[in-house]
Amino acid sequence: MVGIPSRHKSLFLLGGVVLLQVLLLAVQIKRDSQGRLIRVWTVGAVSPFERAGAHGISHVRDTWNHYFALQNTSRENEELKRENGALKLQITQLQSKAAEADRLAGLLKFRQTNLDVPMVSARVIFGSADSASQTIYLDRGERDGIRPNMGVITPDGVVGKVIECYKDTAQVLLLTDEHSGVGAMMAESRIQKPVGGTGEPLLQLKYVSNEDNSVNPGDRIVTSGTDRIFPGDLPVGTIADIKPGSTFKQIRVRPAANLERLEEVFVLLTLKPLEMKQDSAAPNTESVPASTPSAAVTAPAKPVKP
Amino acid sequence: MNDTYDLRSGELHIEVHKFRAGAIVLATAFALVLQAFLPIYFPKAAILDLPLLVTIYFGLSRRNPSTGLLLGMAIGILQDSLSGRTVPLGLYGIAKTVIGYLASSIGARLDTEHPAARFALTVAFFALHQGLIVLTRRLLLSQPEPWFTMHLGVAALINAVVAVFLFMLLDRLRKPS
Repeated sequence: MVGIPSRHKSLFLLGGVVLLQVLLLAVQIKRDSQGRLIRVWTVGAVSPFERAGAHGISHVRDTWNHYFALQNTSRENEELKRENGALKLQITQLQSKAAEADRLAGLLKFRQTNLDVPMVSARVIFGSADSASQTIYLDRGERDGIRPNMGVITPDGVVGKVIECYKDTAQVLLLTDEHSGVGAMMAESRIQKPVGGTGEPLLQLKYVSNEDNSVNPGDRIVTSGTDRIFPGDLPVGTIADIKPGSTFKQIRVRPAANLERLEEVFVLLTLKPLEMKQDSAAPNTESVPASTPSAAVTAPAKPVKP
Repeated sequence: MNDTYDLRSGELHIEVHKFRAGAIVLATAFALVLQAFLPIYFPKAAILDLPLLVTIYFGLSRRNPSTGLLLGMAIGILQDSLSGRTVPLGLYGIAKTVIGYLASSIGARLDTEHPAARFALTVAFFALHQGLIVLTRRLLLSQPEPWFTMHLGVAALINAVVAVFLFMLLDRLRKPS
């Protein structure tokens, strides 16, 4: 047997190894086999390292994203907070303006419904300095034709009456003041009873005997017009609760106007009895007297002496 | 195995390097794992052929053609195993067997320690490796592939640059002579 020279051993080995792999390829092609066993072993051996590597990369990425990258995020967060604060302020201002627009729209509608009634709009500028009296101050006074005992209303209902007049301001006694009162009647039965303040948020319907069963909670009360301050049928309030008293029932009335949050009101520029249209009547431009300017909403009018 | 190799009658002594225990196995496994792992997070890393670089390095360093071709075969078949069903077992195996053999043979005849020599050899081996793969695909698998593309040229240069630095790192695994 002829020995293989040592320097050619590696060359023979190369040929054998390559030939073996060519056969391996040929077998795979012939049998459509993919050497599954070798692959399974290799993948099984490598996959733990791959998994650990993937976990490590993920950990490094998380650390980077949640720590080092947070240096910029912190700055962005501060900017966003400032921006958020500014936007909140803007939203509050816009909501306030929207609410004011709603109120003014209500006032305008009310004024258009009662164009023939002389009245002037006024803004509440401050309230009472003491908690015992329920008064407010308006930004209009004698110059605008306002006089004492003139009625003050909102589209929702009666507010009170002017008790003091100054050059450019007027003081109004609210209906809830214990010294305040208004001639009223039941909206349905038309039974007339006075309503007065108690110094509390609720009013009191007076002089209803314990035997009178015609008054029920939820009944509406409107002005009767007999006090010569307010025209008839203006909403005063609704009965909140009824309790029996010694002689008369103790009937508490929730004011129709929101007296705790007044911002704009109307002052009735007359001391004569007035007839006001119902709020349900839609504004009708054809019924408005041509001589009545729409600017009367804010234009001062001379008071009419009774 | 001899530590030195007398190439030309004692004019030049080319040292045969030995490595720390398990260094070849660990470096090979690490290269295979990285080769399968890196492109997932860094797609451009797919241009690297780390198993080839490891084959070249250990072939040049060990300077034993038999060891070199067997190591190349093992690395190649493992790479085939991790490459999916489109790559049959033996495709990279054949190519890396030849590269391992040639690297060992050349390493026994030339000084391959200089970075420039390593760069040039890596470019040449990369091109040859690619040529062997294309040849195998064409002849044995009936899969026509272009012999050369610009992408392959760039890949050869990039792998050669990486090889220069990688080989410096792998040099640290050598046993002190």
